[in-house]
Formats: sequence, structure tokens, C-alpha cells
Amino acid sequence: MLIMGPPFTGRFMTHRIEIGLRRGVHDARGAKVVAQARKFFRLPVRACVTRDVYKVDVALSAGALRALRKVFTDPVISRSADHRLPAPAGAWLIEVGFKPGVTDNLGRTAQEVVADVLDRPLTPSEGVYTSVQYFLRGALTRDQAQRLGRDLLANELIQTIRVFTPEEWAAAPVDAEPPVMRDPAAIHVRTYELGGTDEELLRLSRAGILSLSLDELHALRDYFLRPDVRAARAALGLPAAPTDVEVECVAQTWSEHCKHKIFAARIRYVDEHGREQLIDSLFKTFIRGATEKIAPEVDWLVSVFTDNAGVIRFDDRYNVSYKCETHNSPSALDPYGGAITGIVGVNRDPMGTGMGCELLCNTWGYCLASPFFDGALPAGLMHPRRIRDGVHQGVIDGGNQSGIPWTRGFERFDERYLGKPLVYCGTVGRIPRVLQGRPSERKEIEPGDAIVMCGGRIGKDGIHGATFSSEELRAESPAQAVQIGDPITQRKMYEFLIEARDQGLYRALTDNGAGGLSSSLGEMSSLSGGAEVDLARAPLKYAGLQPWEILLSEAQERMSLAVPPDHVAALRRRDVEATVLGTFTNSGAFVLQHDGRAVGRLDLDFLHDGCPKMSLEARWTPPRVAAPRPLRAGPRHRALLGLLGALNVCSKEFKSRQYDGEVKGLSVVKPFVGMYSDVPSDATVMRVAYDSHAGLILAEGLNPFFSDLDTYAMMASVIDEAVRRVISAGGQLGRIAGLDNFCWPDPVLSEKTPDGPYKLAQLVRANQALYDVCTAYGVPPISGKDSMKNDSVRGGRRISIPPTVLFSTLAILDDVRRAVTMPFKQPGDAIYVLGVTRNELGASEFHRWLAAAQGTPSAYGGRVPGLDAPRALNLYRALGAATRAGLLHSSHTPTLGGLAVAFALAALGGDLGAEINLAAVPAADEPGDDALLFAESNSRFVVTCAPDQTAALEALFRGLPCARVGTVTAARTLRIAGGGRRLVDAELDILRQAFRKTLNGI
Amino acid sequence: MLICGNQMNPKILIITGYGLNCEAESQRAWTLAGAAPDLVHLNDLLAQPERLHAYAGLMFIGGFSYGDHMGSGLAFAARLRHHLRADLARFIADGKLILGVCNGFQIMVKLGLLPGLDGDYFAQRVALMPNAGGVFQNFWVTLRFEPRSPCVFTRGLDPMPLPIRHGEGRLFTLEPALLDRLEALGGVPCRYADPATGAATQAFPHNPNGSLRAIAGLCDPTGRIFGLMPHPEAYLFPENHPQWDFQYLRGNAPAQGLGLHLFRNAVTFLQTS
Repeated sequence: MLIMGPPFTGRFMTHRIEIGLRRGVHDARGAKVVAQARKFFRLPVRACVTRDVYKVDVALSAGALRALRKVFTDPVISRSADHRLPAPAGAWLIEVGFKPGVTDNLGRTAQEVVADVLDRPLTPSEGVYTSVQYFLRGALTRDQAQRLGRDLLANELIQTIRVFTPEEWAAAPVDAEPPVMRDPAAIHVRTYELGGTDEELLRLSRAGILSLSLDELHALRDYFLRPDVRAARAALGLPAAPTDVEVECVAQTWSEHCKHKIFAARIRYVDEHGREQLIDSLFKTFIRGATEKIAPEVDWLVSVFTDNAGVIRFDDRYNVSYKCETHNSPSALDPYGGAITGIVGVNRDPMGTGMGCELLCNTWGYCLASPFFDGALPAGLMHPRRIRDGVHQGVIDGGNQSGIPWTRGFERFDERYLGKPLVYCGTVGRIPRVLQGRPSERKEIEPGDAIVMCGGRIGKDGIHGATFSSEELRAESPAQAVQIGDPITQRKMYEFLIEARDQGLYRALTDNGAGGLSSSLGEMSSLSGGAEVDLARAPLKYAGLQPWEILLSEAQERMSLAVPPDHVAALRRRDVEATVLGTFTNSGAFVLQHDGRAVGRLDLDFLHDGCPKMSLEARWTPPRVAAPRPLRAGPRHRALLGLLGALNVCSKEFKSRQYDGEVKGLSVVKPFVGMYSDVPSDATVMRVAYDSHAGLILAEGLNPFFSDLDTYAMMASVIDEAVRRVISAGGQLGRIAGLDNFCWPDPVLSEKTPDGPYKLAQLVRANQALYDVCTAYGVPPISGKDSMKNDSVRGGRRISIPPTVLFSTLAILDDVRRAVTMPFKQPGDAIYVLGVTRNELGASEFHRWLAAAQGTPSAYGGRVPGLDAPRALNLYRALGAATRAGLLHSSHTPTLGGLAVAFALAALGGDLGAEINLAAVPAADEPGDDALLFAESNSRFVVTCAPDQTAALEALFRGLPCARVGTVTAARTLRIAGGGRRLVDAELDILRQAFRKTLNGI
Repeated sequence: MLICGNQMNPKILIITGYGLNCEAESQRAWTLAGAAPDLVHLNDLLAQPERLHAYAGLMFIGGFSYGDHMGSGLAFAARLRHHLRADLARFIADGKLILGVCNGFQIMVKLGLLPGLDGDYFAQRVALMPNAGGVFQNFWVTLRFEPRSPCVFTRGLDPMPLPIRHGEGRLFTLEPALLDRLEALGGVPCRYADPATGAATQAFPHNPNGSLRAIAGLCDPTGRIFGLMPHPEAYLFPENHPQWDFQYLRGNAPAQGLGLHLFRNAVTFLQTS
């Protein structure tokens, strides 16, 4: 079957404009290149001059070109030329442009300016394309210049790099050639032969990045052999063999990324005593099971696990929604593009939840290898510093340009994230509880409603993203799986959608994320019972996409709407494209056409429920991890400074300050608190509306190091951390919801994963703990996500991440002015420790610091922190009463580095000293001084109150582990004594310097 | 001047769209100050430019118009210059107020509304360049106000903490004489200051971007057109201040966010002029 593509359109001359800075104007971009080239590559670059190049592929008169260049050029600081500016003498030139089809956001803005200046819209074949020139002075070889291009200035997956000597540049013809695909491929729908042997089927799956298992391939084959299916497809004129449209649609719908097959699998779990447990779906049993058990106890769950984000009631007027996602694989290939897509992508989850939420705030968190990594980097992997810089910049640009403030952010470092970084992005939304007289969470679609796609256009970006992220990272992983988000296009769509929502113009919406239209329309069509789509109607960025590519493209900034036919005309506004692609039906089938011709048909029940369940084996054997040798008794000054400066503890302020945290003006407790705003808060607090004091508390827990000892303890600890951070900030039990994000190494037994049963047992144990702790605490999970193939095979080396769970909490606070912050507030205040410290140093920062110092960095074993949930609950209730009563001047919950780091940070926050007596700390199992100082036992707080309030405080905590351990002092020194000895005596300036210096400026 | 709306609740037009994003807090600020603000999408305004003249004041808000591509404010300013120049000129000639914050200030500078020397409001004279530190920054700074400035927004104000959130805020020109002239005309109503001394400073972080002569904002010679990089509309609640927790305990938290004063000054001016 062959369908012709659109005809090739004629060309005209492309104009080239170069823009540089005037003499005497500082080139900040160039200065940064010089600094990085010298520091990270140790190359003798002396100076760098940068320029912007615009290739204007538009029909222009000479006068219009002059006018355009004038508008493009800042008259105060810039100069420009048609074709070329004079090149700086004796400099290498590296020119970096985009490959054809890659999102060029700068070029797109330039196009809009051109349209404004010309006073006419550009035609589809016109465009503006940008590149950047770096003129480098210094004694460089060609190899070195190329290396800077490749490893510092550009990413060859998406960009082109051209290197010139001065002579070569002078001799080179002026290049005005735009990076466009000139010869669109003819439209061609292929069919798949599924009649072959099992080996042939598997080869087919792998070659096409379908990521289908043999069972799934058999199910697919059998479906197309069904007589009813054959008859229905024949009636539409489809060939007997399935088309690429159909196979690709099924493969992406059944992908691990979309279907969560491991969490849905049947699992036989055997523990260390040989006891067996059969589990039918980890998700249903433990995660949804926990929510269902808690649901009768809380009255604020609105929509959980069904929509794009979990929804809870905030107050009488509003519901709030929260979703957290990961974008790991794309960020490994293109850190900037992957991460910006991660954040603007997760924005669309609340935006597509219910009738569409307004966006309140973002959260982010990254698990990375050390930016100071100096070992051998497997071929094909990027240096972790580069990944880190790119990921931060992507989320910075995505969040800032969208006008959404960040509230929480974290970084964790471990060498096992070298192969795949973890990039968590979350968004909280707000929605009126009732819209047009209907509950705003309700989505309905009537047969006959128009299928409307709005927002950006479709290109090849992100094709196979869903199936690709369901695989390990290989050298041949597809470049086209990388998208680059465009926050401005999305912002325009967002404003358009909220207006349309408030006018009641659509009945349902969802976002086009992983899997593109096939996923969004596949999901929506189950609401009406079917859909008919003509893929040729979808607006394309450029001609030549095959029908299956249109269906699967993950081009960003798009939403799908169900629109009553009489409202379609009203949707066209605000420069946002809204296109009718077809109609929702109740035929039971998803029917796909291209220009009126059928190219695919799938029964919805097969598409959604036809994927065979996996059966997996899990076997738990407790790991043996050696402990470091104990440290000789003595002062712990050096250890405390070491921990404060450790990568996982130290200040992340330098990067964090590049994120906008205050747009909307709703922030109350910010990510950084203290007299100098330089210590991290336990949790952040924000208002939700300008006319109310009610607000939200956000916090999280994450600890991959505990996973090395026991994932049950890891999961229990991260939930406790996420909950106790909320309690510390003034939250109350019974008002806290949770979100889980599992990131795992492949836990399925295979040739390349012989330890699959152990990794799966780790997953089972984490889920058991999630159920136990969430139900004990009454914290219902409302949304979650899993990413299960976080392995990389590059340069012959397999790197798997440690099992990592981010547990995020969202809590409601009636009056944000009651929030409690962590810094010590005034001299003379009494310092209390609440909760029991145990001999639990296993996998602690202290043991990891000690193990590294002893030359055996992975020997950080020991007893991992346990959790006594019933006792913790009593403590949390009492602390809730104390904050309600306004008794506390500060509250801080210890995490990494234990009490010692907690005292230090609270002191730094207040710029006040403290005298602490460790012997008074409530303890069990006779911990030594090192455990008292550094154990990361759960469920503890360091709180202060005014000296005349101590009796009231002690009365509230009667019968609970609570002891006064010291006093806040005006002397700017932290003094900790234990067992009659002075363990720490440190001036605040020295502590502050240790905390700040590691990542300052990096 | 022409009365627009009820004189007690003067009407303010806030332009939205294309990546601007501080509309909600800006609307709140004007409302709290006693004005009647309307949010109007740029497209709707360009479709009916005469709507502008129903307002006593105009605000260019913060955000990322066109993603700051091609230089912050450039694309938005190009659009305004092309489609709204005559109406803006009339609006200014009518003696009305214009406020720009952050990206709005950048747009005004690119357009030439500021510094508005010699009655020319459409020629760019200064630049807001990338911060000297090379990156976008969000933290709080101290602003001091120059009593000699005719600026109606900053009249009688004490030094004030406000957040900055920008990547291109470094006021720059290659002609120092231009700055001398600006200062002589009172065109520099606010500067970055060291909170310990209250003096204008070039030192980071108190001067967050390396702005020449610590300039944080500019006004035209009439004082009715004003723009600044810090965000007064982001300090409407006492709890917006990063040390509100300490202020509460010490009893020195203000009753309302201090940023409101700039909007109150503008409304008072409109009510009494």
C-alpha cells in the first residue's frame, strides 16, 4: 500500500545574519567557555568570542532584510552583518547548529519576530534556524578543538559541529544552508509478518525497538488470526497481516513504561527462611491496597491512581493534584533536552487531570554520579558533571520559563548512577472543586465528540520513547528518542486551556506524553468506547512522517481534548493550533486512517487488556556488607566537617538559586531558610490562594544507600523521612498524602540479569514496607510511577542503579503562619531531642565517609535503621499538638549525618551557637558516642522552645522519648560533649565554610 | 489628567501572554493597593488598541516573554513597536502611568520607554545584559530609593528587601556620560544596597548582577514611567520574606508585604492628580 506525500515545495534564497557583541562589551557566554575549557579539559584556551547566527529561510526583499537585521540587533551592545562579521584574528572557530528536525526554540521565536516585521504569517516551508559560533584563541590542536565541540559545546546526537582554522574559515563559502529535510519520504504503510519462528519474532521486536516479549508477540499474532478480527479489518480494506500502525500502537501501549508489567506481574516470593508468598500484582496488593485500607479513615481523597495525577480535597473551594515522574533515559542521551522535557512533560499531568488544573509549583530531584568523577568513563557515556549541568539547566529553563516556582529539590550522588541518571520532576496543581456545576475531577466523553489535538506540531521527536525507556541503555539507543521541550509554546497552550476550561468548551482532556497520540487517544477512547482518527489531519512540523510515526511521536506541548461538535469553532484562539483529528465513537475499536484510507484497527479490549501477565520469581537472601572499622575514641570535629562537606550533605545552593522559587508570590517556608537563607528547610510551605491562610506542605524522602542492606528498611525509612519532615514543619497526621516513584535496575531474570530474583525480592520487600508504613501512618499513596530498567551497557560494562524510591508527601496546613522552621531562633532557648537514637550506623553518611577514608568505599555495612511505627505515631501526635499550641521556636528532623549534622545546620540557620550534652539524648541499645552523633535512626526531631515554656513542652511529651539536651547560645560556636569529653567544639564560620564549599560555583 | 474609571479605584491594564507570567500576583498587588486591574491578553489589546486609553495605568509584568530568546524582551518589544507605538505614545502624552517589573522592565528598555530621554520613548538607549555571574539568580536583595528622583512609585520609601529573579539584569551602556545625565535628571530612582550600610554597592550578592552604578530601576524624566528588576509584587504577604519566622518571634514583621508600597504610591498619585 503506497500513499503519496505532499508535493515538494519550491525554495528561495536563505539569508544569513551574524550577531556579535560590540567592542568593550563583556561576553559572559564566552567567558564561561574559557573557564570550563581550562578547568575541566585543562586546555590552553585564552579567549572566546561568541556569536549568534540566524539562517533566515524566508522570501525577503533587501529592505525587509535590513529592517529585520535592525530588529534582531541590540543597538547598545551588539553589532551584526549580513553573511559574516569579521572573524577575530587567529582563532579556531567551532560552529554549533541543530540537526534537521531538532527543536530550535530560538529559531522559533525569531520566526515570530520575522512574521511581525513582515506583517504576514510565514508559510510552512519558511523558517529561521540558529547556530552559535565560538571563536577560540589559544594553542589548540584540531583534535582538541573537536573535543571541546563534542564534549563541552554540543551534543552530537542533536547538534552539528563544524571546526575551522582561521584560514579554512576565510576560504569557506558563506553557509546559509538551513538544516531542513528537503526530500520528504513517500508515505508508506508496511505490514508485519508474524508467522515466523520465535527467534524471528524476537529479532523483529528488537530490530523495531518494540520491546515485546515472546508471550506478547504470540498474543499479538493470535489476535490478528481471530476470525472476527480478520473480518472487521478486511471490511475496512486492511491487509490480512497487521500494519506497522497497529503493531507499533500495541507495542507502545503494552510497553513497561505505559503498562507497568512488572508491578502487575504474578510473583512468587521466597524469603530467607524459605517461606513462600504468592503476589498477584505488587501495585494492586501493596500500593493501591494501602490506599484502599486508609480510604475509609480520611474524607479528602478525590481521585487516586485513575487520572494523570492524584487529586485530594484542599478546602471548600479547591482540590489539589500532584504527580511526580522520572525522565531518566532521555536525560542520559541529552541531559538538557531530556530534563526540560521531563519538567514541562510532568506539568501536563496536572494540566490534564480532571478538567485541567492550574499549575502551582514544581519539584525536582536528581540521582547522579559525582561531578568530580575521575575514573575511567565507559565509552559513549557523558561525564557526570556534564549530565548534571545539562539536567539542571533543562529543569531551570523549563520551570522558570513556564512561570512555575520550584519548592523542593534534592541531589544524591553515587557512582552507580553513572550509567543512567535519575531525573525526578513533579508538579502540584490546583482546580476549583466544581466547574460548570459538575465535579471538576469527572471526565466524560460522548460518542460523536470531536477529537481535538492542540498545542505544538508533530515531528519525529521522541518516537519510541515509551518502548525505549523500557530497555537498558545501549550504544545504539535511538537519537530520535530525544525531545526538547518548549516551555513558551506550552505556556500559551496552558493559558488557552484554562480559558477553554472555564468556558466549558471541552468534556475531557489528557496530555500527549509517552506514546503520543496512541497513548492519549487509546486512553480517552475507552471513556466513549471507541475512536476514529485520521492521522493525515495532524499538523506536522515537516512533511514525510509515516502514519505510525504521527501516531507515536512524542513531540511535546500537545494535549488531546474531547470537544462537543458545536464547541469546536470556539476553540481557535490565542495563536494556539487546535485541530480536529477525528471522532470518538462507541464501536469498541480504535480505527486509524490516513487521508481517508484505513491504516489500522484495534479492538479496545485487546489493546488495553490483551497483554499477557508475566510470572516472575523473587528470592530474598540478606546481603552481607562489611562494616568499616570503628573510629578511635576522640574528638569528632574532623568527622563533622567531613560530613557537612560530603557530596550528599553539602549545600546545593549554587544550582538551586538558578531556579525561580517565588513567582506567584505564594511561598511561605522556602527551600532555603535561616538568617542567611543558606540552610535547607525540612519541608516547604506555600499558600494556594491569595485570599486564604491555608496552605500546602511538601517534603520527600529518598535513600538508595539503605537499599544495599535491606530495601524493606529503605522504604520504611524514606516514608518516615517524608512524613516526619511534614510533621516537623507543622503538619498533622491524617492530613498527609503520599506519592511513590520507584526506580529499579531490571529485576527480571535473564541471561544478562542473572540476579533478577534478588532484585525482584528487593522490590517485593520495598512494597511490603510501603504497605506496612503507609497504613500504619494513615498516609495514602495517591499517585506514583515506576521506571524499571535503569541499567546501562556501554563499553562492555554493565552499570545498574541501586534500588531507589522517592517518596513525596503533600500535606494540608490550615494556617501557614503556624509553620515551624528549622533554624535555632534565639539565645537561651532550650534544645530538646525527641525520639530514640539507636546503634544504627549501617549505610549512614558516617559509615560511608569512614569506609571511603579506609580505602574500602563499599564496606559501609552495619545495622540499618528500623522503624517502630506505633511509637513514632505517638511522638508525631504530640509534636502536632506542640506546633498547634505554638510552643516551638524551631523544629528540625535529622536525616543524613544524624544528630550532629542536625545540630550544626540548625545552628548555622540561626547564626547562633549551642551547648549540647549527648549523654542526655534518649537512646536504646547503648549506642556509643559515634552512633549518638551520626546514626540515622528514624522518627527523631531537634526542637527548641523559650526557656519559660519548657514545662509546657515536657508536659506534652510525658511518657515519650523527649529530653532536654542543651541550650542555644549567643556565642557562634557549636559545642557537643559526650561521656565527659568534648566531642565537637567548632566555630560557625568553619562549619558554614565546610557546608558551602564543596559544590559552590559547580 | 484624564480620569479613567472611578478616580478612587483607578483602572490598570496588565498585559498578559507570550510567556509573561506574573499576572496573578501583579493583579493582586494593584487590587490591594486600591486600583482596579484588568488582565488583557496582548492579542486582544492589539486587536483593539484603543482599549488602552480606558486605563489610567499600564503594567508590563515579569516572566519570560518569548522565552527570553534573542535577548530578554526583544521579541515582545518588537511586537509592541510594530503594532502599538502610536497608542503608547498617546498614553504617555496623556500623562498616565506605566510600570514594568523584571521582564516588563526589559521590554520597556528594549522599546525605549525607559529612560525616555529627550521626549523620545521609542529609541533604545541602555541595555540590560546577562548578569555578571553568567546565570539566572533568585534571592532577596536590599533596594534603596533616591529621594531626588521624580519617580511617583518610589516617593518617600525607606530601604526595602525584595526578591530578584532574573538572568539579564545588568544595566549597561558604553557611554558613562549617559548615566551622568540620567542621574542628574533623577532617572535612577532605586539602587542595590548593602543592607548593613544602606549604601549602593557593586559587590555581589548585594548587587546581584553587576549593574553599573548599582542601578536597579529607571524612570523617565516625568517620573510617571518606571521599571525595575526586583519584584515588588512578590512581597505582598509578610510571610514572603525569607526571615519572616525570625521577624514573627521578634515582633518586627510588617503588617503587609512591603512591596505593596510602590503600588500604593501609584494609586495615591492617580487619586490625587
